[in-house]
Amino acid sequence: MGSNMAENHPVGFQWVMEARERGAKVIHVDPRFTRTSAMATKWVGIRAGADIAFLGGIVNYILQNELHFEEYVKHYTNAPVIIGEEYADTEDADGLFSGWDPEKGKYDTSTWSYEGMETHGAAGQREEGFKPSGEQSGHGAHGGGLKQGEPPSEDPDLQHPRCVFQLLKKHYQRYTPEFVAETCGVSVEDFLYVAESLTQNSGRERTSAFCYAVGWTQHTVGVQIIRTAAIIQQLLGNMGRPGGGIVALRGHASIQGSTDIPTLYNILPGYLPMPHAEDYGGFDNYMQANIAPTGWWGKFKEYWVSLMCAYYGPHATEENDYLFEHLPRIDEDNSAYWTLQQMLDDKVKGYFVVGENPAVGNANGKAHRLGFAKLDWMVVRDTVEIESASWWYDSPEIESGELKTEEIATEVFFLPAASHTEKDGSFTNTQRLLQWHFKAVEPKHDSRSELWFYFHLGKRIKAKLKDSSEPRDELVKLLRWDYTTHSEIQEPSAEEVLKEIGGYEVESRKALSGYKELKADGSTACGCWIYSGCYQDEINQPARRKPHWEQNYLALEWAWAWPANRRILYNRASADPDGNPWSERKKLTYWNGTKWDGLDVPDFDETKPPDYVPPDDAEGPDAIAGTHPFIMQADGRSWLFVPNGVVDGPFPTHYEPHESPFDNPLYSQRANPRRQQHKNADWDPYNPVAGEPGADLFPHVLTTYRLTEHHTAGGMSRSVPYLAELQPAMFCEVSPELAAETGLEHGGWATIYTTRSAIEARVMVTRRMKPLTVRGRTVHQVGLPYHWGRRLLTSGDSANDLMHAALDPNVHIMEAKAATCGIRPGRRPRGKALERFVEELRSHAQQSRQEPEEVRKT
Amino acid sequence: MTEVRSYYGHNVVKEPTWTWEIPVYFFTGGLGGASSVLGFSAKLFGNEKLSRTALYIGAAADAVSAPLLISDLGRPERFHHMLRVFKITSPMNVGAWVLTVAGGASNTAAVLQFLGLLKPVRLAAEAVAFFFGPPLATYTGVLVADTAIPVWHEGRHELPWLFGAGAAASAGAAACLFVGADDCGPARRLAIGAGLTELALTETMEKRLGEVGEVYEHGAAGTFGKAAKALTLAGTALLATKRHKLGGALVCAGSMCMRWSVYKAGFQSARDPKYTVKPQRERAERQGGSKATTLPGRSAG
Amino acid sequence: MSALLQPAGEPAGWEAYGDAKHQRMGFFTDTSVCIGCKACEVACKEWNVIPQDGQEWTGKSYDNTGELGANTWRHVAFIEQEKPLHTSSDGTTGLRWLMESDVCKHCTHAGCLDVCPTGSLFRTEFGTVVVQEDICNGCGYCVPACPFGVIEKRHLPATPGTLPAFLGKKEDGRVWKCTLCYDRLRGGHEPACAKACPTKSIQFGPVEELRERADDRLAKLHAQDWNGAQLYLRDPDDGVGGAGAFFLLLDDPEVYGFPPDPIVPTAKLGEMWVNMATAAAVLAVGIVGSFLFGSRE
Repeated sequence: MGSNMAENHPVGFQWVMEARERGAKVIHVDPRFTRTSAMATKWVGIRAGADIAFLGGIVNYILQNELHFEEYVKHYTNAPVIIGEEYADTEDADGLFSGWDPEKGKYDTSTWSYEGMETHGAAGQREEGFKPSGEQSGHGAHGGGLKQGEPPSEDPDLQHPRCVFQLLKKHYQRYTPEFVAETCGVSVEDFLYVAESLTQNSGRERTSAFCYAVGWTQHTVGVQIIRTAAIIQQLLGNMGRPGGGIVALRGHASIQGSTDIPTLYNILPGYLPMPHAEDYGGFDNYMQANIAPTGWWGKFKEYWVSLMCAYYGPHATEENDYLFEHLPRIDEDNSAYWTLQQMLDDKVKGYFVVGENPAVGNANGKAHRLGFAKLDWMVVRDTVEIESASWWYDSPEIESGELKTEEIATEVFFLPAASHTEKDGSFTNTQRLLQWHFKAVEPKHDSRSELWFYFHLGKRIKAKLKDSSEPRDELVKLLRWDYTTHSEIQEPSAEEVLKEIGGYEVESRKALSGYKELKADGSTACGCWIYSGCYQDEINQPARRKPHWEQNYLALEWAWAWPANRRILYNRASADPDGNPWSERKKLTYWNGTKWDGLDVPDFDETKPPDYVPPDDAEGPDAIAGTHPFIMQADGRSWLFVPNGVVDGPFPTHYEPHESPFDNPLYSQRANPRRQQHKNADWDPYNPVAGEPGADLFPHVLTTYRLTEHHTAGGMSRSVPYLAELQPAMFCEVSPELAAETGLEHGGWATIYTTRSAIEARVMVTRRMKPLTVRGRTVHQVGLPYHWGRRLLTSGDSANDLMHAALDPNVHIMEAKAATCGIRPGRRPRGKALERFVEELRSHAQQSRQEPEEVRKT
Repeated sequence: MTEVRSYYGHNVVKEPTWTWEIPVYFFTGGLGGASSVLGFSAKLFGNEKLSRTALYIGAAADAVSAPLLISDLGRPERFHHMLRVFKITSPMNVGAWVLTVAGGASNTAAVLQFLGLLKPVRLAAEAVAFFFGPPLATYTGVLVADTAIPVWHEGRHELPWLFGAGAAASAGAAACLFVGADDCGPARRLAIGAGLTELALTETMEKRLGEVGEVYEHGAAGTFGKAAKALTLAGTALLATKRHKLGGALVCAGSMCMRWSVYKAGFQSARDPKYTVKPQRERAERQGGSKATTLPGRSAG
Repeated sequence: MSALLQPAGEPAGWEAYGDAKHQRMGFFTDTSVCIGCKACEVACKEWNVIPQDGQEWTGKSYDNTGELGANTWRHVAFIEQEKPLHTSSDGTTGLRWLMESDVCKHCTHAGCLDVCPTGSLFRTEFGTVVVQEDICNGCGYCVPACPFGVIEKRHLPATPGTLPAFLGKKEDGRVWKCTLCYDRLRGGHEPACAKACPTKSIQFGPVEELRERADDRLAKLHAQDWNGAQLYLRDPDDGVGGAGAFFLLLDDPEVYGFPPDPIVPTAKLGEMWVNMATAAAVLAVGIVGSFLFGSRE
């Protein structure tokens, strides 16, 4: 669900095929019948954006029929925990949780706390407990730090009306099969097929897994969709067990790595939060805010100090608080779309675009290109001249005349990048697997790797700043920047960087074997605590390549997974509270009398027995009991109810997408109240929705996706003849019914439009797209692959030019998977006519928006 | 009524890559082969004028044939690779040898005749051309039939006869163009008889072909086919009234058009998948299943 | 004509290798596990340095390649049908998407090999059929001789410097097709497409073993009520003697663009020669006979 694994992870998908061959049921819930659906036992065609309704229906099905894995739920989740009496559910407040502040447009989450305590915020959220200002979202939020080891108020029988279990029941009680059918456009039979299959295949003897990708994340309720699946998997006892869990299918070879060693503005490597600008005091408060009293986040200081030692070497000392004062602070959202707004407001001077193509790949492509035109300079590094480098002379805005090359003041530096075969390095992909790749050939001409570029750039900047006395230049001057280089072009050693990331003892330079060896006294350096141990024994662990046929199914000797080469997280949950496997068939990690044993690296203190009860003054990992497998959470439990860490609600709730033909059947609160919108921003207008005047201009559900043959924004695939010829044109997919209704012809052209823009595409009429019956009427979906841009061997209009930039509030991801649109036959208007056409659409939309959104409950 | 299914209406077999030189060669090769037979026969019956003319016509036709074939090759400079091997499963290879021998013989004889030299050698050469003439005139029918092109393969019974008849008709007709009325009697009779045989064989073939024969009614195959019939009929009629020049020309033109009709028909029958699929599916149904398909439960061979 | 006298099942021309004969190698393409990723098309092109084959959006489902040819040696076909994958069970989707990776069949009795006049097409020690590109003179006879429409002439510009100016055409002019990665086989490797296929839809190995595997696979799918499962070209008794590269299909062959019951043209060649010999003799007699009514007028 929320993914198309066969098309976008074809190599990984071979294992799904293996499972199918051995009798596993493969169920694909997707708006389209894709190549994954073709391999599945069952396809359920769902309305894009209705995922929480569907998944919530499964939660309700489990609870109403008492199909949950009782022992697992009672002992391993926070189902028994009693929530404070100030908490109010969406069922009580017509679509809002308690703590909603309509002026700020945010929740005060303190009423979501466990009864009797103040829950300590999650990784990244913690400082909100100090001051609910600014934003600091929980990337990889691993749960809060409870001030004491155990929640003070629990009902082990799960009966108390305010225990999480009962609250959960109440929250989802209206998600009946009929509700699911009506809201999602599926049949009751199909829904029940999925619910039955899932529940019958879970428990002691069997487990089920979910695989998701951006079909879930790219929504204004993205995090909450995933949360609903997490609730299902907790109720069914599938977490931490072989064949269970939730696989996040990541979209690039190393995008997992890009959040681990972040290219994200708000976290330091290993999901350590960046310090906030607002007053919380200095180093001590930062430590106090982030060191969780219980669980492995209790070692926050060890991770952070080791990071600073890696960055700054001997300059980071206990005396200077490891240079804490010099660290940059974040004051607010600095994410991609926020930065775009700043660009449009003329506040951004320069921009580096490295290995991505926002002109095609980001939502509202036009806004990005207009934003670029406001920069003083930008640097684009890529292997081919992508649209984000050529926009100043070749873009839809140049074609329409909205931008004129001679009037654009931006200086664009396009620098050639080396490809993955021309450099050493690692990928960290789905499964948290670090896989090393070796350089095969030297880069040609001026092409250079990212490592070379940033290293030499840093050297030059350090040289320029070496005599500076500005405090802001301190950190650059103090950066430890002495990697050895090799080859004619002075390529820095990637293995040295890997070793630094894995960590070493500062004195001896000996590689560390794991994060447990990290110290808070400056004697260890480690670039990313979750990667610690990847260079254990001076061996490049990610480079290991023992084939799977020489190992068991976990294949611990193929590459290296973080943390600690553990393949299944929370695998202590594969044993019961006494430490015995739930079943022989599903045996993984178990207590053998003296330690935790099994095929995987145990995700538990190796020698902590199942009957361990933490003393009252226990701290950090020692405060987690022997029966609580979810060691990153403050209470060692998995969280059905999230008291802190997610900004838009402790429970996922069905909301309609930001743009939708329907209002919310459950509440008058139509869409996620907490979603980020660029209200009244003229660069991000929104279609009228659900019954508003003008909504009939955009009656169809629009969704975007990828094809196997191309890669994301197309730079790497539209430039390759062998790939370009496989999918040589931009096209849309529509059902025969929609084609008949709107006069579209298979093989002809269509113009698809929203208030952002209008694009054209070839028409693919196919039964793989189905009209849906939702809330008693027919709705159509239009599908668009988003790979195309103006350049390279196969060019076409960009689907993302149609998309708006309303975002998920936790992670600022755009809702590219569900919006609304109109469609008509024929090619689109060009030049000034395009501008006029879109203007006309917008004026219709404007007229219907009589009141600003925050006043109405939409 | 067998339902014909296909992959988006795609052709199953591929159309040949040949161009105009090939149907022209069918004509010139046929003309050359049959003329050599005619010339030698005339010599045997004492008609020197006819013999010499047929000899020159045959040699010229043979001489022009080789460059035509070489021109059609994708790598013309490698034409001699045709003679690397002798391969009986390849009608083209056999034909290359036949043309080489027959054309070599006929042109040797022609040169010697022209120079008036080495009469015994010339006679031997003419005899060789006489023996290789009929294969040269008819093997092209096997060449096209030994393919997966439906209208050619299914026409395999008639095609060598049809091409042979056309060759004979054009040999007789061409001789009538250059030989006076006093001496061209046999050639005239040959042209008329072979021309009518050509027409009869065309009809027979088209009827026996069944559904795939319909390509002879459409497109270029249809146009050339109609022209061939009209020209041959008119030509034979004119020859019968001793209008040698015009009649001869029309019979030759008709014979050329016949080759083009067959040639184009091949392309048309390849293009539409039904001509490949339907007969095979019907055969499979008659046999209780296709031999190429193994269904569950049936033991494999 | 030794080809025609071969016992059924033995690839024509193979016995000449004597001791150098290798096990017969081929492909079993199991379309029931094909995910339509086209890695086979790309891997083949990369390994064999095959030119791009034109960029044309066909709208024929996800097949923009069209067919096998000189510049496409693996071609993935896509067929959308309103039929279920399994005939028996309830709850399955009433829609299926057939995907299939087509390739040269490397027939036991290969029409292309039989008709090649230069001997360029030959049978390798692996039992496969390969074009020797330094011999092929582009006569094109093999193109219409293939019952499956596989082999084709390459019309693209030739590599500079490979042709003499005299009589040389500016285009490549030779025929090209799948070699079953002959060079990789000689090096002890599997063909590029088989290596790249993530789901083992393309299986490479000894043909005998593949046939057994295919039989087992068919039986298993039959037991699971797979709609239309059948093997194609597995049987040595068929019109091409069985193929070195054969398939498991989920519908009749013509749905995928294959001939339902192909027969190699050479099967009828014997009678064609006899027929021709008769016609030639009659031709000679006829021409001689035209003198019987007078040798001059």
